[in-house]
Amino acid sequence: MKQFTYTITDPIGLHARPAGFLLRKAKAYQSTILVQAPNGRTANALKLMALMGMGAKVNEELVFTVEGEDEEKAAAELAAYLPEIL
Amino acid sequence: MISIQGQGASAGVICGPLYLFRRAPAPIAVDVAEDPGAEWARFKAAQTRASAQLEALAQRALERAGQEAADLFLTHQLLAEDLDLEDSVQRMIRLDGMNAEAAVDATSRHFMQFFLEMEDPYMRARAADVQDVGRRLLNILAGRVEAQLDLEFPVVLVSDDLAPSETIQLDKSKILAFVTEAGSITSHTAILARTMGIPAVVAAEGILHPQYEGQEVFVDGETGEVFLNADEPTRAALLAKRETQQRLALLLHDLKGKPNETLDGRMVQVACNISGPEDLPAVKANEGNGIGLLRSELLYLQTASCPTEEEQFCFYRNILEQMEGKLVVIRTLDIGADKQVDYLQLPAEENPALGMRAVRLCLTRPDLFRVQLRALYRASACGRMAILLPMIVSPWEFEACRDLCCEVQAELAAEGIPFDKNVPLGVMIETPAAAMMSEELAQLADFFSVGTNDLTQYTLACDRQSGVLDRFYDPHHPAVLRMIHRAADSIHRYGKWIGICGELAGDQQLTELFLAMGIDELSVSPNQVLPLRGTIRSIDTRLNRERLLDELGL
Repeated sequence: MKQFTYTITDPIGLHARPAGFLLRKAKAYQSTILVQAPNGRTANALKLMALMGMGAKVNEELVFTVEGEDEEKAAAELAAYLPEIL
Repeated sequence: MISIQGQGASAGVICGPLYLFRRAPAPIAVDVAEDPGAEWARFKAAQTRASAQLEALAQRALERAGQEAADLFLTHQLLAEDLDLEDSVQRMIRLDGMNAEAAVDATSRHFMQFFLEMEDPYMRARAADVQDVGRRLLNILAGRVEAQLDLEFPVVLVSDDLAPSETIQLDKSKILAFVTEAGSITSHTAILARTMGIPAVVAAEGILHPQYEGQEVFVDGETGEVFLNADEPTRAALLAKRETQQRLALLLHDLKGKPNETLDGRMVQVACNISGPEDLPAVKANEGNGIGLLRSELLYLQTASCPTEEEQFCFYRNILEQMEGKLVVIRTLDIGADKQVDYLQLPAEENPALGMRAVRLCLTRPDLFRVQLRALYRASACGRMAILLPMIVSPWEFEACRDLCCEVQAELAAEGIPFDKNVPLGVMIETPAAAMMSEELAQLADFFSVGTNDLTQYTLACDRQSGVLDRFYDPHHPAVLRMIHRAADSIHRYGKWIGICGELAGDQQLTELFLAMGIDELSVSPNQVLPLRGTIRSIDTRLNRERLLDELGL
């Protein structure tokens, strides 16, 4: 299991567009990717409505938990990708 | 002749055949499904189809309307494929014995509710997207084609109201005008019409009559009138009006893309006065240099309780982002006098125009003001913003506001929230006091804007609401113009800039005088930008400057 955090810089928070990018990226991996917001809500990165429903806002820290065969690669690539979209 | 009175939502007169935009309502048969396996397969097939349609639409939107429109469809595609939506449909089919239609309908209602209950207004608005996707799935299940406009010739499009995804799918070259039975001047259709520059009438009750289909219809988007079977005099009058408008439009078209530059090479900023994001397409279409006045009170007047920090933040951010780095001057809450809201429970006043209004209210109720300032500074990170304080008559009032701004900035900094540390703080010149104190105020504030409606009312002691004072309420009165001149002089002495955002800014009889005074910016309603540009481009400020200022006398 790999874990890392990311702080949202998009002023609108985790809205439809970045959530969509995150989902498409997450599809590329075998691993299960869970995202947790400071309010305790957790969403699978493959679920758009659940991601948006977390209500994660700018400056909030998201905790990503990646588990599966390609977790090493998935976590590293995802962490590098997030600043581009969120 | 049949005449229907609606509400004008986008000006212009046009005549064409009436076309009824039919959207088949999606009837839901809540049948007990015989074979859950078959229902599930139907759903999966519909989902695949919807996904393919949306991908194609995204491609089309990208070519025709840009990335933002395409993103809408890509989001819809992901919603249609959403795993939670799928789970819910599957549960309802397998466990509750529903057919595919009923399961999709119940599921999309459930998720709409989920979004409607969220705190962030942006997220609440996503309920409409879920509904849109649900409708698409239901249409596919029922074997219906999504409503589309496939016409050989241009028509006047009549509907109840149009959803965002529907307007993007329309072939706009085939639409002469919109008439909707529902909707308001801020509805999506109305905004689209203004962007496209075609006439629109909303709230035209009774227009959705099957018998009208194909008939010739006249639409006047200014007065909100719609005529079927127009008689000869009406027809002649409307055609004449159309010709005048077209001539003017042609004239304005020539001015597009040209600078607001006088004959002697002086550039003048011509910005726009707006009340909300719905006015932005008109600002862009008319080439406003920025927003000279965003009246924030609309936010407060439209709601039943005080708008939250989050709601205000989203409102300002949206406008700043859409203006893409052009200056947006936001006037802080100007409630009181002729604009009252119940929930603030302000005591009734004998003389509200001289009472607890604008900045006086904000300094008396700092709790209220703080929420707005926090929202403003948070939004300042999303574009180029300036804050304008209304009804300042004394330097201490400005200093008190500035102190509050500093406190709010310190708060945000402590919370790690980004904001622009250099937001200019300006003062409205709308009382004789502010004009007479302009020397002192110019040493404090970063910029100034003249509100000519209030300045006229307070200088001439003439209630602007009163219908019987018309000939006494004279905005061209030398007393008013001298006030502006005096303020402009002292403000320029301290190297600050001054704009005019009241009615007078668009008064072309005064443009030359204002330029002689050295006014830096004129802020007008979007449709006045191009006519004003025409006037500016015809003026040589060297010619009459001395004479004009002499005549004004000071």
